[in-house]
Amino acid sequence: MNLHVDMEHHRHVLIVRLSGELDHHTADHVRMQLDEAIQRRQTEHLVLSLKDLDFMDSSGLGVILGRYKFIKQKGGKMAVCDVKPQVYRLLDMSGLFKIMPIYENEGTALSGLEVVS
Amino acid sequence: MSEGRAQHNFMSLQFAAKSENESFARVAVAAFISQMDPNMDELNDLKTVVSEAVTNSIIHGYDSDPEGVVKIEASIDGDMITLRIEDSGHGIEDLEMAKQPLYTSKPELERSGMGFTIMENFMDEFEVVSEPGSGTSIKMKKRIESKKALYN
Repeated sequence: MNLHVDMEHHRHVLIVRLSGELDHHTADHVRMQLDEAIQRRQTEHLVLSLKDLDFMDSSGLGVILGRYKFIKQKGGKMAVCDVKPQVYRLLDMSGLFKIMPIYENEGTALSGLEVVS
Repeated sequence: MSEGRAQHNFMSLQFAAKSENESFARVAVAAFISQMDPNMDELNDLKTVVSEAVTNSIIHGYDSDPEGVVKIEASIDGDMITLRIEDSGHGIEDLEMAKQPLYTSKPELERSGMGFTIMENFMDEFEVVSEPGSGTSIKMKKRIESKKALYN
């Protein structure tokens, strides 16, 4: 599969690094891995790190919005960081930044979430 | 190089309505378009709209039935690329509704409802023809500001 999910727990924050292409074909895999990790670990907040995500379409937007609802329901917060210009354009068009913050990198995202939490 | 003369070229392909073929469709169209010397943004826009249209055909046109066939035609006329993406699936009952940003007929699948909005935004022209029961055809055009233009 042309998509790789790398996860790291940092206290109550789950950092998810996606690399490759997030489309309808790879969306289910990402959705399952994330939901499983969020439920298994005591995840409060989620940071999506997209430095190596080369392609994303509206199926990817669906996955991000779905995880946002899940995390929010549990009282947590979600942020994205390190977004490539083409992915940024799609996130911006969808109005995603009205509901979640975007940070330059994982470090600023972590401190951002900790400040607001 | 034959400068100033409008170049014409075309290709067509068809494939099974399987999600594995979404990336194939993007890459195939991108490879065909590379002769127009598009920049990275243009190439990404075209890959994205192909992905949206093909995904719609698979999920909505054929309800993920891999027996379905998706067709793509691409033609180049000078600096204009025309894409036509077609299926012979269920068609769209209410096209105006389907075009509304964030509307999806399949919220249970976590669809974002942004497919048509993205196609409209990323392309210069966008047209949907759909007949309930017989399929959907999407025709899109985009002018490619070739990198070559910079050297003239």
